[in-house]
Amino acid sequence: MKFTLSWLKDHIETDAALEDIAHTLTMAGLEVEDIEDKSKALAPFVIAEVLECGRHPNADKLSLCKVSTGVGVFQVVCGAPNVRAGIRVVFAHIGTVIPDSGQPLKTCEIRGVESQGMMCSERELQLSDSHEGIIELPADAPVGVSFAEYAGLSDPVLHVNLTPNRGDCAGVRGIARDLVASGKGHLKPLKDDPVPGTFSSPVSISIAPEAMEGCPCFMGRTIRGVKNGPSPRWLQDRLHAIGLRPISALVDITNYLCFDLARPMHVFDIGKLSGHLEVRLSREGESLLALDEKTYELGAGAVVIADDAGVQSLGGIMGGVPTGCSEATTDVFLECAMFDPIAIAAAGRRLGIESDARYRFERVVDMAFMGRAMEIATRMVLEMCGGAPSDVVMAGEMPDLFRSVSYRPSRVETLGGLAVPLAEQKRILEGLGFGPAENPDGSLQIAVPAWRPDIAGEADIVEEVLRIHGYDKIPSVSLLREESVTRPAASQAQKVVMAAKRLLAARGMMESVTWSFQPHKVAGLFGHTDAGLEILNPISSDLTTMRPSGIGNLLMAAGRNADRGWPDVALFEVGPIFHSAEPEGQETVAAGVRAGLAVSRSWDSRARPVDVFDAKADALAVLEAAGMSEQSVQVTTDAPAWFHPGRSGCLRQGAKVVGWFGELHPGVLETLGIKGRIVAFEVVLSRLPQPRRKGTARPMLHLSSFQPVRRDFAFVMDAGMEAGKLIRAIRGVDKTLVSDVSVFDIYVGPGVGEGRKSLAVSVVLQPLDHTLSDAEIEGFSVKVVAAAQAAGATLRG
Amino acid sequence: MDNLEQLVEDILKGIAGAADMAALEEIRVAALGKKGSLTGLMKTLGGMDGEARKVAGQALNVAKDRVSEALDMRTDDLRQAAMAARLAGEKMDISLPVRPETAGRIHPLTQATEEVMAIFAEMGFSVAEGPDIEDDFHNFEALNIPADHPARQMQATFFMPPGADGKPKVLRTHTSPVQVRTMEQSQPPLRVICPGRTYRYDSDATHAPMFSQCEALWIDESVTMAQLKGCIMDFLRAFFGISDLPVRFRPSFFPFTEPSAEVDIGCSRKNGELKLGAGGDWLEVMGCGMVNAKVLQYGGIDPNRYQGFALGMGLERLAMLKYGIPDLRTFFECDLRWLKHYGFVPLDIPNVALGISG
Repeated sequence: MKFTLSWLKDHIETDAALEDIAHTLTMAGLEVEDIEDKSKALAPFVIAEVLECGRHPNADKLSLCKVSTGVGVFQVVCGAPNVRAGIRVVFAHIGTVIPDSGQPLKTCEIRGVESQGMMCSERELQLSDSHEGIIELPADAPVGVSFAEYAGLSDPVLHVNLTPNRGDCAGVRGIARDLVASGKGHLKPLKDDPVPGTFSSPVSISIAPEAMEGCPCFMGRTIRGVKNGPSPRWLQDRLHAIGLRPISALVDITNYLCFDLARPMHVFDIGKLSGHLEVRLSREGESLLALDEKTYELGAGAVVIADDAGVQSLGGIMGGVPTGCSEATTDVFLECAMFDPIAIAAAGRRLGIESDARYRFERVVDMAFMGRAMEIATRMVLEMCGGAPSDVVMAGEMPDLFRSVSYRPSRVETLGGLAVPLAEQKRILEGLGFGPAENPDGSLQIAVPAWRPDIAGEADIVEEVLRIHGYDKIPSVSLLREESVTRPAASQAQKVVMAAKRLLAARGMMESVTWSFQPHKVAGLFGHTDAGLEILNPISSDLTTMRPSGIGNLLMAAGRNADRGWPDVALFEVGPIFHSAEPEGQETVAAGVRAGLAVSRSWDSRARPVDVFDAKADALAVLEAAGMSEQSVQVTTDAPAWFHPGRSGCLRQGAKVVGWFGELHPGVLETLGIKGRIVAFEVVLSRLPQPRRKGTARPMLHLSSFQPVRRDFAFVMDAGMEAGKLIRAIRGVDKTLVSDVSVFDIYVGPGVGEGRKSLAVSVVLQPLDHTLSDAEIEGFSVKVVAAAQAAGATLRG
Repeated sequence: MDNLEQLVEDILKGIAGAADMAALEEIRVAALGKKGSLTGLMKTLGGMDGEARKVAGQALNVAKDRVSEALDMRTDDLRQAAMAARLAGEKMDISLPVRPETAGRIHPLTQATEEVMAIFAEMGFSVAEGPDIEDDFHNFEALNIPADHPARQMQATFFMPPGADGKPKVLRTHTSPVQVRTMEQSQPPLRVICPGRTYRYDSDATHAPMFSQCEALWIDESVTMAQLKGCIMDFLRAFFGISDLPVRFRPSFFPFTEPSAEVDIGCSRKNGELKLGAGGDWLEVMGCGMVNAKVLQYGGIDPNRYQGFALGMGLERLAMLKYGIPDLRTFFECDLRWLKHYGFVPLDIPNVALGISG
């Protein structure tokens, strides 16, 4: 909502300074976002006259002019098509900063001729986007005078960020009312006494029964014999100031009242109407060429105003071109109607029309004010265009608008936290147009003005009182809590999320945050199938689908980093993935990717590219951080299809899959246009069991006082046999005695046979109650060899 | 024996000239070994008589001691020289860079979120969560935002296909639906915060289609706006680490609160540089208010008995202000250089006791 200071002062008698007014409005909930004061930037521009205008000697499309500012005469090269001798223009001297470019104007030669200044277009002064020609001022514009002063641009413009509940403040009058209630002056009366009609309106109106809900009441009157020309300067200046284009007096009056009183109205040219006006619902196939010069296919069900020829106006949203006013208009029909906010919102959204009228009707227009608005508008038409008014005709009926809420004045303290004396509460409410009446029990029964449909209960009244009295007066009381020691705020699951993040970062990975959505194509690569996860109105073709995995977005991020010249990437994200649109279809995962080198080249070591074991280590570390022991996790080789089938694994707890890791399938990378090898893991944190530990004590620690014994073995087996199988077999020989089995060499080649490999393992035996004898160790070794044999591995000879 | 003095002198000369431990050992054996020269003289003592043996014995013992001492000293010297030579040979170029290590970082959004959690934990709040894909009821209806209400236009919404029940689903436009879910699941007193991802159909320099919010909700029998102010004031001052940070409450409108307020913090924008603290200017950081009675009703709580406050804030915005991050869009770009620069070392876990405003 925009308005100028002088406009505001039409409604309020006040000596408050601009800054005071702005602060008061902001602190009453009408946030002044900006105060635009064009007078400063436009101060150097003066009105000048073009004395001579001839052709530029060296250019067909340029003119060479002599321009007088009354003080001096300047030679100016001008390219505008409308420049000619005798017109009054806006002139900029050399050195003046042009608002549009922000640069000072320099002396220059244009095609060999010096130009000593510039005649400006509206765009150059940032008055509008118009740049078709230079500004032409009326012939009586005083040469030498400041343009800003002449054009009324020295009136500061206030921008108020209106909240959706304050339709009443979509008019300057409503803003003035809040200021008055805040003690900043007195409201001036409106000139709204009835203008008597001199004949009965030849245009009759009716509301079709099916449209009564969308338009309960419709008023209008004919004004005969008007002369429609430009509106007066003051009106044009105000419209300009708030960014509207003056059109003609009749149109400008309705636009003005829309902003002045938050009362949208419409004027029909009776000469273009055929017969009776009816408010009805649009029918399939009907269309309207609206005043924004676009044709709208209305479809069925929009509230419209139609004559015998068809739809002429989209009720409460926008009028139509065919029956709009022009210079030739002599007889008009002035419409002032009530439209249902929901019907307006639905039609406006369906048709995609934004208008100042829609904006106001959606936020509810003061219905009780219809009659007075009609008189104010009539008076303005008569003053500016002349003519004779008819009686007011009305269709539908004015509903009973009286509403009241009961209110306990103590609520301002018990809800708002601040006691405000009753007299002050009543003064505020009365200033805002409420009618507080005291009940015998001390409570108030408060009549709510029709322009405040948002007021529904006690809490609303508390807000009215407090926002005017001042939120800053409410004391600030720190929260007390029942116990002095802080209780844990996070659940076990939330702690796991936090631990996983810190752990992965400690493992050298960068935490990332990526969109929860991704391209459909990427989602498809990671198992997306549910159509319920496709966004109906995606913001771009790249953000269409809720992600089924955390890996896809990280992969693309790795690709982007590589493209920037940073190919060694370790990124992770802990966040949501989606299997369905139901709450239980959302899971929390820790996902990570590594690309490029795991160990970079140095004076001491050779570079090592990432491989599947980096991803496996990450995944196992996350599981451990989540409280799962290594023994409770099984690794199987059936990872999802987006992994390399021979270099990936599934992590299971019993039958339940809790994650996966591996090298990404080259086909997936190729589809995404990513080069090189990338490994990834994903652990579904929300599938992990909650730790079942009771109490805080750890299990008792038993330290053996006997020396551990290490024995190395080499076994030969099929190249396809898993090392894990051999390790399990060896561990199985004596679960209490074997404390560790590690693989320290893998050999394939001469000596072990075609299709075979040799695995060297080191076994640590930790006796608990005595030192192992040679015979015992020998016996154990025999059992190890036998167990390995049973598993398919033979001791290497 | 007459030549004892000369003998000792010769031995000592030999010791002083011994180049290494082997040469020294040779000398020791030649003097003090079984067949050594001094040992040989010792053996002659047996053939002497009384006084002469005593005199010669003493002289020999002195000679032996001198030789032994010289041997020990020379041994030490040679050992030290050997050690010095070894160390000289082991010199390394310690100006070489260390072996490459990778250092990970925590995203500033995580850091900010955990800081918020830590402070609200101090005020007795616990953390609640809810789904990102919401139904119309929880995201709008139960928050007193009926269909066709202009307030729906305040939140440009991503729509999802209706579920099996035919009802529309949305990507939650705020974390407020978690309030409703919390109320549905439990009765007051309630003191929760709800951090999480939120989504709006909005994308430009200062808006991202996904961002994070944190909601706080306190419902009890006599909660007032005074406590709302206290809670927010205490939170903001702790979060930004500015004990006299100006905080301003401005009346505003949200469908789910009444009365409602927007919260500004003091700042200065001198020379185009934003600085938080008293400075004559204001910066909006959150919205808040007393929970609308209708919302309590939708959540299954008796509004005649209970009342409370709710507040909501954008976590990226808080992080940007606190850590001086100029551009929202960069949060989601995963640029390694950005993550390293704005990220936090993993052990920097927000903790009120240790001070969270580092």
